Amino acid sequence: MEKTVNQKAWFLVLPVLLLVAFSAVIPLMTVVNYSVQDTFGNNQFFWAGLEWFKEMLESDRMWDALGRQLMFSGIILAIEIPLGIFVALNMPKSGFWSSFCLVLMSLPLLIPWNVVGTIWQIFGRVDIGLLGYTLDALGINYNYTQDILAAWITIIVMDVWHWTSLVALLAFAGLKSIPDAYYQAAKIDQASRWKVFRFIELPKMMGVLMIAILLRFMDSFMIYTEPFVVTGGGPGNATTLLSIDLVKMALGQFDLGPAAAFSLMYFLVILLVSWVFYTVMTNLDKKGM
Amino acid sequence: MDWMAWTGPTAIFFAVIATLLIIFTVLAIKFPETPRTGILRIETTRGDRLFITLLGSAFINLAWLGIIGTAQPWALAVCLIYAAAVFRWV
Amino acid sequence: MTDAATIPGNMTADGSNARKRFKVNTSAIVMGLYLLFLLLPIYWLLNMSLKTNTEILNDFTLWPRDLTFANYATILTDASWYMGYVNSLIYVTMNTVISLAVALPAAYAFSRYHFLGDKHLFFWLLTNRMAPPAVFALPFFQLYSSVGLFDTHIAVALAHCLFNVPLAVWILEGFMRGVPKEIDETAYIDGYSFGTFFVKIFTPLIASGIGVAAFFCFMFSWVELLLSRTLTTVDAKPIAAIMTRTQGASGIDWGVLAAAGILTIVPGALVIYFVRNYIAKGFALGRV
Repeated sequence: MEKTVNQKAWFLVLPVLLLVAFSAVIPLMTVVNYSVQDTFGNNQFFWAGLEWFKEMLESDRMWDALGRQLMFSGIILAIEIPLGIFVALNMPKSGFWSSFCLVLMSLPLLIPWNVVGTIWQIFGRVDIGLLGYTLDALGINYNYTQDILAAWITIIVMDVWHWTSLVALLAFAGLKSIPDAYYQAAKIDQASRWKVFRFIELPKMMGVLMIAILLRFMDSFMIYTEPFVVTGGGPGNATTLLSIDLVKMALGQFDLGPAAAFSLMYFLVILLVSWVFYTVMTNLDKKGM
Repeated sequence: MDWMAWTGPTAIFFAVIATLLIIFTVLAIKFPETPRTGILRIETTRGDRLFITLLGSAFINLAWLGIIGTAQPWALAVCLIYAAAVFRWV
Repeated sequence: MTDAATIPGNMTADGSNARKRFKVNTSAIVMGLYLLFLLLPIYWLLNMSLKTNTEILNDFTLWPRDLTFANYATILTDASWYMGYVNSLIYVTMNTVISLAVALPAAYAFSRYHFLGDKHLFFWLLTNRMAPPAVFALPFFQLYSSVGLFDTHIAVALAHCLFNVPLAVWILEGFMRGVPKEIDETAYIDGYSFGTFFVKIFTPLIASGIGVAAFFCFMFSWVELLLSRTLTTVDAKPIAAIMTRTQGASGIDWGVLAAAGILTIVPGALVIYFVRNYIAKGFALGRV
């Protein structure tokens, strides 16, 4: 749609601007202020310069948490994106069964995040959970509170359970926008199932898949509640992801300075990734995908 | 405002950023922006280049602090070179 | 000759039919398995919520032998429990109203006009949707304590605006782009002022969009826990945070915990049918 230039539109945007400035800019400014000072409680602050940034950059704690975070995000993307596309390809295209699948698949997306954690915490328990009990009965040693591998598998399966439907729903929306004529043309050319996917369905899904990857990367990058409820970051620090570590530092130990420095670096990474995706997305839009 | 724990340097930091935003807004009014395609092969306007500069500068400063660790002001010199490069070629 | 001509024809028809039936079946199997995977954990929670604690801990049963609603009764009769739901509903509703009220005009501006810095503003909103709540938990705590709003519903509602306002703007903008601009122009020529046009003509046209945006604001405020837990202690404590208190001296009250969990799923499950066709659009910030 052709848009007209109208500077008065600023007045329509003003309420949003004020509200978001209040709930985003003021807190961020505070974080910047805290990051260069030291405090011993009771609101007395001392200048610390760039000390906290230096400390954070040199501490293994942050780099380890970042490493675990990247591993987690990488693994769940590698599972959820292909699985989501696969599920979308198998969904009924229309009619009652299509609605039926849509509604049931959306269910996990609407569960409060700590309840998601609780569900899997219970489900995986050897004494009262179906999954843990079954694995135990099969003779597999599975204990997510003690064993690092079991803890990781649990939080990854939980995330796949929680969010694969999102990828599937987006991919499905992309598939539905492909006109029938494309498929008929492919049939005339006797294209194989793989070729139909590779040259018709995948290109048409590119736009929505970019959104799916962006959302899944971002949301997994700041995941807190679900793994915290299941493992509490343990065993040891094995599942302490970035947000879990940050909350521990800021609200648990009330180390304002280091937590603020940590927050800012975390936020810069988010900003960079958001910008890259936004740029790619708008460029795809321009090419008419 | 006590809880926000303002300090001189951070106040100056935000003042500089605010001033930059105002200058670029005024520039955008006086000389309307025309997007161009630079070495990143994406269309950028003046405002986009400012954003790339600021974000990049933050990372340059962090890298300097983490790798070299002393004489932080020199990192700002690197940032200026970077800024010039961004505005010239991106 | 006629026989020879029909037989190959029949064969191909049969072959493609068989292949078609086979294809439908694999799809059905895949979907069946996937839905089973999704529903099994939820079923297990429901199953537990209908059992007594003795049955949960002592017998491993696939369905409740000794069906009881006592766990639900505990929650629905104890004020310290059900007030959690009331608190959550209050701040979630406040947040939805605030988000929509400010997002509607802004989304209109983004969908209809170019103005100075519009693209940067739109991107800045996106970054707020992407910002980790963990970064904001501490400053929010300080901010709302200092203005005396700590442990109030409005504090949580405002905090959730951080990600819900951008979400609402993006979703609504997506819907508004679909409304042809000629409608606006005709209305202005007919002498409508902006206000009356917006309320009388435009709002009914994007009613479904508003419904979807409201649903998503409601949902994201409902599922979030970190900020709502940080900003409350007693008076505005959400149900999700109250759930942790099932951990008593005598161990965890599994039955009540499961029942509380099931009750938090109910609001979403009730309205999901109405937004089923827009759910992808909502999660994708209106970009599908």
